[in-house]
Amino acid sequence: MTDLLTPRPTSRTARRTTPASRRNRRRTAADAGLLVAAAAFVLPLAWVVLSALDPHASLRVKVPDGVTLDNFDAILTPEITFTPLLNSLVLCGGATLLTVVCAVLAAYPLSRFRSRLNRPFLLTILFATSLPITAIMVPVYALFVRVNMIDTMQGTIFFFAASQLPFAIWLMKNFMDGVPKELEEAAWTDGASSFQSLLRIVLPLMGPGVAVVTVFSFVMMWGNFFVPFMLLLSPDQMPASVSINDFFGNRGMVAYGQLAAFSIVYSTPVVLLYVLISRRLGGGFALGGAVKG
Amino acid sequence: MTATAPGHAGPEVRKAPASPASGPRSGTVRRSLFRALPVSPAVVLLLLFLAGPIVYCVVIAFTDLQLTGQAQESFVGFDNFTRAFKDEAFLNAVWLTLVFTVLSSLIGQNTLGLALASLMQRASKPVRTLTGGIVVTAWVLPEVVAGFLLYAFFRREGTLNAILDWLHLPSQNWLFTLPILAVSFANVWRGTAFSMLVYSAALNEIPKEVTEAAEVDGASGWRRMWHITLPMIRRSIGTNLMLNTLQTLSVFGLIWVMTRGGPSGKSQTLPLFMYEQAFQNSLIGYGTAVALLLLLIGSLFSVVYLRLLRTEV
Repeated sequence: MTDLLTPRPTSRTARRTTPASRRNRRRTAADAGLLVAAAAFVLPLAWVVLSALDPHASLRVKVPDGVTLDNFDAILTPEITFTPLLNSLVLCGGATLLTVVCAVLAAYPLSRFRSRLNRPFLLTILFATSLPITAIMVPVYALFVRVNMIDTMQGTIFFFAASQLPFAIWLMKNFMDGVPKELEEAAWTDGASSFQSLLRIVLPLMGPGVAVVTVFSFVMMWGNFFVPFMLLLSPDQMPASVSINDFFGNRGMVAYGQLAAFSIVYSTPVVLLYVLISRRLGGGFALGGAVKG
Repeated sequence: MTATAPGHAGPEVRKAPASPASGPRSGTVRRSLFRALPVSPAVVLLLLFLAGPIVYCVVIAFTDLQLTGQAQESFVGFDNFTRAFKDEAFLNAVWLTLVFTVLSSLIGQNTLGLALASLMQRASKPVRTLTGGIVVTAWVLPEVVAGFLLYAFFRREGTLNAILDWLHLPSQNWLFTLPILAVSFANVWRGTAFSMLVYSAALNEIPKEVTEAAEVDGASGWRRMWHITLPMIRRSIGTNLMLNTLQTLSVFGLIWVMTRGGPSGKSQTLPLFMYEQAFQNSLIGYGTAVALLLLLIGSLFSVVYLRLLRTEV
């Protein structure tokens, strides 16, 4: 094997390209390739940023003829922005809280105690993780009408939490497995109950893990369109993911600049939250075992 | 401290399995019940709001439930399904779903994600960070915003045509002439980051010695990719393809914002067809039958995914 690592006089070395210069050339080529891709990907993003600042925004990427904040001024009203964002916050905040509490509780015995049920339960959870939730929205609607939960915040929160739970439990269990059991055993000997040791020892040690699950659940729900679109009906309960649609339908002429401004205001929280946790997620893109190959 | 009322656990707690085999010692049973207790809120939520609707889905798919003007729905057997397979709009939606999935997920996101990830292995750090940041931002944006940005990109007066004009290439109304292609590109734009991250992680785990050895032996870039890299990350490829496909199967908001499934059904994938039947045509029973088919396809992929991961649990 070591033999393989020593360079041999091949035709390549004969052409006098040292490994270093070859690496440099390859790096330049890779950089060029990536920059082309980045340019293609950035166009739609550039449009939203430029148009939001453009008093005469159109559908085309162009440098604004004058920078203005009028578009933001126009949309920062209770009706257009604040109420929908508040609704989003109540909806996603409530559902995230429910998800995280249930996931922590559920993950604890799965991670700490041996039981012949763990494996089937985890397999079911993993199976549910990848079910297309979109597919069941029509029956969920029918069911919600039947039990009178349609157009209620609670109903939507419950459904949101349930749809996010499988993945949250799975992630949480994997993070919890990372906390050594010995620390807890010491606490048990001192007479702490399981609940106490979960609260005082395990959770503080897996704080970053809980943060990841919280942020991830919140981001997923914040961006979700179909669930509130189906389960909520009255305009004053609509979250931003659905109310953004109004720019198209009901306001006549589409004011592209305002729409772009609203898109930015609505997207900023999740982009920031993602940046906040991306170190945790991005390192090896942990996302639990769910994407491990 | 393990003293607890056995009744506490509620009916939803998985009680039955507590042990015909683990012996008659009721202490063990009680202990496992107690340990299962924290799981119960999650199980209740999952049963009521996830398993419940799925069971309900199976039930109403066999009825003629309608949204309005009908006192009582009745059981119609497989009518909804036979109807679907004779319905040209349904078959069209199946075909478009297939096109959408193959184009955007199997080919687009997967290949582009792998290409970006392997370029990143060699690129300089600033370029890597910049590209990664842009691609991931596209992924993190809410789906309606993403849909809207690409609507602006593909519209007749949008950016794509501006570029084509500038290059003196023929422009056209993409959302009208090739809507399924436009929404597929949109899905590639939005979803590639996931594959890129998965493949970056996988490529980072390949020991450097292996690729270096091949390089010294004079294997060209493509041959190294084909004979060494790809076989070594094949499990990541499998899971990534599964997850991408499942994601793509349930895309709704993106297409809804861009085209509403139109014009005349030319970008109407199964989720949009399901929605149209259930709500625009008020045929909940029929719409649910379509939903059930979608769910079955999803479960199939999900089972394959579980098998790919089977050593992990």
